[in-house]
Amino acid sequence: MITANPAPEAGPEARTGSTPVRAAPRRRRKRQWLPYLLLLPVLLAELLIHIIPMLIGVGMSFLQLTQFYIRNWTAAPGAGLDNYRFVLQFDEASGKALLHSFWTTVVFTVLVLALSWALAMLAAIWTQHAFRGRGLVRTAFLVPYALPVFASVITWSFMLQRDNGMVNHVLVDQLGLLDERPFWLIGDNSFYALIVVEVWRLWPFAFLALTAGMSSIPAEQYEAAAIDGAGVLRQVRWVTLPNLQPVNQVLLLVLFLWTFNEFTVPYTFFGRSAPEQADLISMHIYQNSFVTWNFGTGSAMSVLLLLFLLVVTAVYLLLTNRRRSADA
Amino acid sequence: MRLKRITSAVALSLAAASLAACGGGDEGSGSGDDVTLTYWASNQGTSLENDMEVLQPQLDAFTEETGIEVDVEVVPWSDLLNRILAATASGEGPDVLNIGNTWSASLQATGALKQFDDATMEQIGGADRFLSGSLSATGAEGQPPTAVPLYSLAYGLYYNKAMFAEAGITEPPATWAQFVEDAKKLTTGDRWGVSIEGGSVSENIHNVFTFSEQQGGSFFDEDGEPTFDTPENVAAIKQYVDLIQTDEVANPSNAEYSNGTEALADFANGKSAMVMWQAAAGSLAELGMAAEDIGVAPVPVLDPLPAGGEDVTSIVAGINLAVFENTEHEEEALQFVEFMTSTDTQIALNKTYGSLPSVEDAYTDPAFQTEAVETFKDVLSNRAAPMPAVPEESQFETLIGTAVKNMLAEAASGTTVTEDAISEQLAAAQQQLGG
Repeated sequence: MITANPAPEAGPEARTGSTPVRAAPRRRRKRQWLPYLLLLPVLLAELLIHIIPMLIGVGMSFLQLTQFYIRNWTAAPGAGLDNYRFVLQFDEASGKALLHSFWTTVVFTVLVLALSWALAMLAAIWTQHAFRGRGLVRTAFLVPYALPVFASVITWSFMLQRDNGMVNHVLVDQLGLLDERPFWLIGDNSFYALIVVEVWRLWPFAFLALTAGMSSIPAEQYEAAAIDGAGVLRQVRWVTLPNLQPVNQVLLLVLFLWTFNEFTVPYTFFGRSAPEQADLISMHIYQNSFVTWNFGTGSAMSVLLLLFLLVVTAVYLLLTNRRRSADA
Repeated sequence: MRLKRITSAVALSLAAASLAACGGGDEGSGSGDDVTLTYWASNQGTSLENDMEVLQPQLDAFTEETGIEVDVEVVPWSDLLNRILAATASGEGPDVLNIGNTWSASLQATGALKQFDDATMEQIGGADRFLSGSLSATGAEGQPPTAVPLYSLAYGLYYNKAMFAEAGITEPPATWAQFVEDAKKLTTGDRWGVSIEGGSVSENIHNVFTFSEQQGGSFFDEDGEPTFDTPENVAAIKQYVDLIQTDEVANPSNAEYSNGTEALADFANGKSAMVMWQAAAGSLAELGMAAEDIGVAPVPVLDPLPAGGEDVTSIVAGINLAVFENTEHEEEALQFVEFMTSTDTQIALNKTYGSLPSVEDAYTDPAFQTEAVETFKDVLSNRAAPMPAVPEESQFETLIGTAVKNMLAEAASGTTVTEDAISEQLAAAQQQLGG
């Protein structure tokens, strides 16, 4: 679990001099092994939970791992680059489907990221300064994040049913906005329905992170800005946003990776085969490994996805870090 | 730049999660002095709890008889195949399990299930106890089966007698043309002629397969090579999609019905007059439908049959019982298989579930001498075809079933699904099978 701590940790010295820098008393270079010892279990767990399965996945992508071999992977014949060749032949149905799924996921991720962040930012600014019932509002905002994914997403899918769903009941029967009952779970609308559900799921986390980030912005800065005649918008632009930059850097990256890899929400929402219009990449890979029993091609797709995410992450970090050092 | 390092680590581990998602195992079987078998049962009743209630007395009887405890878990259909695959990959699984009989050949190819060779068959009472139709769906031809039939099922056409009388229809339709005509008559206001589970991959493939048999089509040739994109298969899918598209006798909303109960619920609640379903007397009673309103007949057939077309009205449906190859309690597992397929247990369980017994002897019970059971038994013995017994069967079901689901969705949202479009989808599905 990622907590919203990195912001304060980012180093008070990086900020303006208005906060007195708490100089840590320098201990002698004794017991330096202790931090490493404390880190050891985490490192082992990381190795066990992430690195080893990842390497196994990479290995699987070079095998012809179909149902004939899943009992004994070592017997699976090598496939060389065949799995990659198969998934990347973009003039054939399988490659086209992967490409389509990839673009769907890119658009999905961008929209979800933008909406979640904007919503979280608005809510965080609104609840930044104390008012009666602020705790209640904050708690209410966090509810979607606290609910079990399965229960909440299933409820959404009930609400979005065409004939008996609450959404159509309100839109068509009560408000009369539409003459015909639209489909939400199949067809073009399913993509937007999925975005709404995903944003609803995700934005509380962004809200939490931004709220935590804002709480460490010194009040003096706002006072100074107010004295200089800055309104709310200018305060947000020149005080809040610059102070939140380190939080945002991590937050956007984490949200990006989560959304791009999102599986639980579409799987719960659509069942084991998603409509074409909302065929996210993780669902697509699942279909190609678990459902069609072809773990080799599934792994090859996963490896390609991993490479893509690593490249995006690296470029992102490079750009944002360079900008920060340029700003400094 | 501590932050940078944290960010990188977080990013790396999150990216890695996409790969790590490809593994995973499941719980193992218990052991100790007293043998406890782990049994994965499929969901046959109206709910998982209902299944537990139905199974528990039988399992208690088995424990009393043999001293072997059975730890049962009812696995929903949406999870069952995944659970079995995970168990196969890890070698950690149940001792005895239910499988959909259409998966038999696919699972046989994994080697995860114990083979019932002649000696093993003798041990559980001999192969000739079972219905031959159901036994034909326990694995690839020419190989020892890897499962035995537990509950036998077939598709039938359920119709609402009261609605038929009201519309002046005296007989259930026997031909497809008659069926469509009747369905049009029965479609009035917010009531529809027929309901289908259009978002369900398995319902779609079962129906389309039956229609393809009638059209003279085939999805695999004799050598087991896929032949998806043929005019016959296109016609079969068109026939199904047209229920929403041109005949307009099914509610377009049916295209999003996917949990395997909604079309039947519509029928039970009077929102549709007919439904093509596997033996459902139990579920219909549970849903509150009056018994005297329920009629059942074979699924209608094309008349005249096209060249090469077969008089097939159903797939050989049903649930098989298998023993996991990695079990540490093979003897006890076989004892349990024998118990579950014994005449008494077969009578008790099939009576409750509304399915057909898999062993001949059980049909002596009066419960299985009703008109409905006769209809289903006749379909199963004479007019049912097993799904293709090829290792790629599961992929085939998923690929075609999903394609049909998407086409129904298009038809429901007003896009016309042409024969060319169907042909294109079938060709694409076949290419994806090649992976």
